[in-house]
Amino acid sequence: MTASASTDLPAAVPAARRARAVIALLGATTLVIAILSMGLGHYPLTSAAVLDVLWSALTGTPSGQPPMVDNVVLAVRLPRVLAAMLVGASLAAAGAAYQTLFRNPLASPAILGVSSGAGFGAALAMLLSGGALAIQGAAFAGGMLAVGAAMFIAGRLGKGSALVLVLAGLVVSALFQALTSALKYVADPLDTLPAIVFWLLGSLGRVGTRDLVWAAPFALAGMLALFLLRWPTQVLEAGDDEARTLGVPVRALRIALIAAATLMTAAAVSISGIVGWVGLLVPHLARLIVGPAYATLLPASLLLGAGYLLLVDDLCRSAFAAELPLGIVTAVLGAPVFVVILARARRQWS
Amino acid sequence: MVLKIEGLVYRHAPGLPPVLDGVDLALAAGEILCLLGPNGTGKTTLLRCLIGALRHERGQVHIDGETDMPPRRLARALAYVPQAAGDSGLCLLDVVLMGRTPHLSPLRLPGRSDERIAREALARVGIAHLAERPFNRASGGERQLALIARALAQQPRLFVMDEPTASLDLGNQARVLRVIRDLAADGMTILVTTHQPEHAFLLGARVVALAGGRIAAAGAARDVLCAKTLSEIYATPVDVVSRDGAPAACVPRL
Repeated sequence: MTASASTDLPAAVPAARRARAVIALLGATTLVIAILSMGLGHYPLTSAAVLDVLWSALTGTPSGQPPMVDNVVLAVRLPRVLAAMLVGASLAAAGAAYQTLFRNPLASPAILGVSSGAGFGAALAMLLSGGALAIQGAAFAGGMLAVGAAMFIAGRLGKGSALVLVLAGLVVSALFQALTSALKYVADPLDTLPAIVFWLLGSLGRVGTRDLVWAAPFALAGMLALFLLRWPTQVLEAGDDEARTLGVPVRALRIALIAAATLMTAAAVSISGIVGWVGLLVPHLARLIVGPAYATLLPASLLLGAGYLLLVDDLCRSAFAAELPLGIVTAVLGAPVFVVILARARRQWS
Repeated sequence: MVLKIEGLVYRHAPGLPPVLDGVDLALAAGEILCLLGPNGTGKTTLLRCLIGALRHERGQVHIDGETDMPPRRLARALAYVPQAAGDSGLCLLDVVLMGRTPHLSPLRLPGRSDERIAREALARVGIAHLAERPFNRASGGERQLALIARALAQQPRLFVMDEPTASLDLGNQARVLRVIRDLAADGMTILVTTHQPEHAFLLGARVVALAGGRIAAAGAARDVLCAKTLSEIYATPVDVVSRDGAPAACVPRL
């Protein structure tokens, strides 16, 4: 028998063909939501005006809009919309990767303590009156420290058992939450404490172009790594022993996936604060739409996460006169939706 | 020899008694070897050493003369068929496509030629019509056949099957055994563990019986599987019953 060249088109199972069409549709929908979102706000704009400004900025020609409109779209709304998409896509893709990696439908970026660790890092930087860059750096360091601690504990106790890693993540998460509470206890109740509490609730209200430029490369690098490794990751679903007999270097792949997913989560937390539920909820929504195959589930989760968080952020900034914290809205929406998904998908998990 | 194992010794930890204590066996191309033995005698441990999941302490495993192959290379030489378990929602074709992984260049998805090979593998085990069925909705027999198809898609030189007929009804046992017999007739080499000695008669296989981590008996099924040997291996009186003048079934006496 001959070895296959494998340079031809991806396999076209009818289900996979359908999934590809769905993914294209998700991408188009997310793009439309992004354009509409940029028209939304105290100063409403038509989609035509938004597209005019974006097109002019891309081509370097002056737009036919007043300078004020240029400014609103490019300096205020574009960074925020991009941030919402980046955070949503990162958390959702990381969640899909963790769920497949640990063969655990309840895994999410919170599972390894990444969110709590990053939250602690940011709170510490705020307590020490650090600037925006220091807060981001500390969030990233905290996230990596948390996952490092979880992996160390699991390595010593579990010899690579997925369950022990999840338990270690919960322990580390609880520890960092306690440490964060300690920081809040000693923080100045007049200025530092409100800043920390507000940040921990999760918000995109203060995201600027600079935050984006700093965090985007890490998030995008993580996404690219997860995307390129999506086939061997899908094979991992068969179990570690079986994946090894299928030629997958299980341990190296596991480490690469955890590093990539953690990098993305930390980058997301560093610009948005702690936004829960997205990493848990969106992969399950995506699974209902495109089915369980990770190779299509991952891109679907990316796009769905971007669109989902955009919509939630639109709700946060335009539902009431005052802005709602993003993390609260994702939790209030996420909890009941997750129960519905749980009821529908329970059969597959039991 | 497609597979040659020499003096294999394995223990779970230093100081513990060995689980495998100097196992030798060899398999020529087109041969079926049935590995028998009571529970806990080291059959699964031997398979796990073969597939690289456990590191043996002493001895050597040669596959087509090669030892210590890296995972990707090993996966092209040896295909492992586990007992059908798991609740994957992937369709059977996706499951079989996993078998193409060691042949794919890294970072690539299976292509159309891989899909063709996977569909051929499904056809060969007789379940081409179930390609789109989710694994967790397939019957036990269909799952086992799909995992054999996945191994076929690996295009290996050696198949290693861990109790492929366990928890299957008689009809499905026969389907799986027919597939194994036909694969060997086509020149494939198969190592299979089982708790049913009569399967060795049905397959016309060579038999190696393990007991306490050592080889207790080895040879052609009709020579080795006599009432005396079976009674010793399983520590219970066993009768061998004939059909058409040849030994066909092994029945314990209560």
